[in-house]
Amino acid sequence: MTAVEQAYRRHWARLLALLTAELRDLDLAEESLQDAFAAAVAAWPPEPGNPPAWLLTTARRRALDRLRRDAVAARKLPLLVVDDLPDPSAIPDERLRMIFTCCHPALSMDARVALTLRCAGGLTTREIARLFLVSETTMAARITRAKKKIAQAGIPYRIPAGPELAERCDGVLAVVYLVFTEGYAATGGDRLIRAELAAEAIALGRMLRELLPADPEADGLLALMLLHHARRDARLGPSGELVRLPDQDRSRWHRDEVGEAISLLEAVRPGGTGGFPGPYLLQAAIAAEHAVAERAEDTDWPAIARLYGSLEEVTGSAVVRLNRAVAVAEADGAEAGLELLDGLDGAMGHHHLLHATRAELLRRLGRDRQALDAYGRALEAVGTDPERAFLLSRREELSAR
Amino acid sequence: MKYALLLYGDESRWAAATEAEIEELSAAHGRFTDMLTARGAYLGGEELDLSTTAVTVRTAGGRTLHTDGPYAETAEHLGGFYLVEARDLDEAIEFATACPEEIVEIRPVVEYQG
Repeated sequence: MTAVEQAYRRHWARLLALLTAELRDLDLAEESLQDAFAAAVAAWPPEPGNPPAWLLTTARRRALDRLRRDAVAARKLPLLVVDDLPDPSAIPDERLRMIFTCCHPALSMDARVALTLRCAGGLTTREIARLFLVSETTMAARITRAKKKIAQAGIPYRIPAGPELAERCDGVLAVVYLVFTEGYAATGGDRLIRAELAAEAIALGRMLRELLPADPEADGLLALMLLHHARRDARLGPSGELVRLPDQDRSRWHRDEVGEAISLLEAVRPGGTGGFPGPYLLQAAIAAEHAVAERAEDTDWPAIARLYGSLEEVTGSAVVRLNRAVAVAEADGAEAGLELLDGLDGAMGHHHLLHATRAELLRRLGRDRQALDAYGRALEAVGTDPERAFLLSRREELSAR
Repeated sequence: MKYALLLYGDESRWAAATEAEIEELSAAHGRFTDMLTARGAYLGGEELDLSTTAVTVRTAGGRTLHTDGPYAETAEHLGGFYLVEARDLDEAIEFATACPEEIVEIRPVVEYQG
C-alpha cells in the first residue's frame, strides 16, 4: 500500500466530516478532498510530516478555488444546517455528525447505506456499486440524489440530542447491520457470502464503537458481526454450498475474531450497567454460545433457547421466534420446536426459512410426507442458488428413504 | 428554512364527526398554532373544505378540461396546510409530530435567492 492509500484509509472519513462542517456543503467537501488526495499522489513522496494536516490544507485551498470559480454561477443548493463551527486549528472528530446525517430517517434505506459507505466508510462509488451488484451509474445517481435531498430538505449536519438520540443511534446501528447481513447472507446473486461487504460493515462497527462509547449496543453489534464473520471460511463447502452450523469444521473459525468478540461482551456484561440488554447484545450472546462450544454436541441449547426468549420479548419479531423454535427443538425436542412455529405463516409464509425449518423438524419426527410438502414450499420461496441446492439435496435424501 | 406541512386524512371520518369532536380538534389546532407562533415558526395555514367541493382544471394541447372533484382520488385527502419556518428538517419533523393530524407530509419550500 502506498503512503497515499494508507492516508486515504486512515483519514478520509475524518477529513471529509470536518470539511463538510466547515464548508456546509457535502459535495464541495467531497470534491475538494478528492482533489487533495489526487494532489498527494503527485506530490508524495516525500511524505509530509503531518499527512492529514497537509491534506486538509490542500483540500481547503481547492475548495476556495472552486468557490471563486463558481462565484458567478448562482448556488443551486442551499447550504447544510451546521450549528457550531469546529476550531479550525485542530482536526476535531466530526465523523459522528456525518454518520447521523447519512443515516437520517428521512432518507431511504438504500440511500442511507450508500451514503454511509461513501462518506463514513470512504469507499468509492465504483466499489459500493460492485458490492451491491448494481451499475456504477445507478449507484452514482443514488448517492447524488441522496446528497441533494440532504441539502434541499434541510437534513441537519448534527448529532441529535435529548430523547431523539437513542432512537437515532438505533437507526445508525441498523444501517451498519444491514450492510453486514447483505454481505453475510446475500439475498441475491450466485454467492452466499460477500466477505468484503461484511468486512466493511465491521470497520464501520469499530468506528461506531469508538464514537458511541456510552451505547452498549454498539459493542453488541460489533461483537455480533465479528462472531458471524469468524465463521465465514467454514460456512461454505468446496463447491460453494452452504454448510450448516453443526457440520462446520470448527478449526476453520477465526479464533482471534471470536476472542475479540467475547472480550467485548465480557466488558459490557458483568455488573450490568442497569437496564435490559438490547437486541444486538442478546444476539451476540447467542452467537457467542455457539462460538465457545468446541463441538456441535457441546452447544448449550437451553441457554440459547432462554436468550432467544429474551430476544423475542425485546423485538417481538417473527424471525426471532423462528430461531427460538430451532433452539427449543434442540433443547426440548422437535415437537416443542414445531409448536412454536404455529402462527408464523401469516408473518413469514413467503420466507423459505420458515418452511425449511418446519421440514427439518417434521423429518426428525418421521413425518416424511408433511416434511416433503414443506421442502416444496421452501423451494418455491428460496432466493439464492446455494440455498436452493441445499434444500434440493435435503428433499432428495428424504424421498430416497 | 420554510416548510409546508400538508395535512391528510379520511374525509368520511371528518364528515361523521360529532359537534364535540369538531370543537376538540379545532381547539387542538388553536393550541398548535399558538405553539408555532410562540416559537416564531408560524407563517400561515388554512383548513380546506371537503374534496367534494373541489374542481380540477387541466390544460393540455390548448384545451381546458374541468373535472368535478380533486386531482387525486385517494382514501386520504388533503384537508389543510401550515406554512412554517424551521431551523432544519428535524425541527419541521418535530412540528409535524406535534400537529393534531394523523398524516402530515413535510415539503421543503423552494426559496429563490435574488
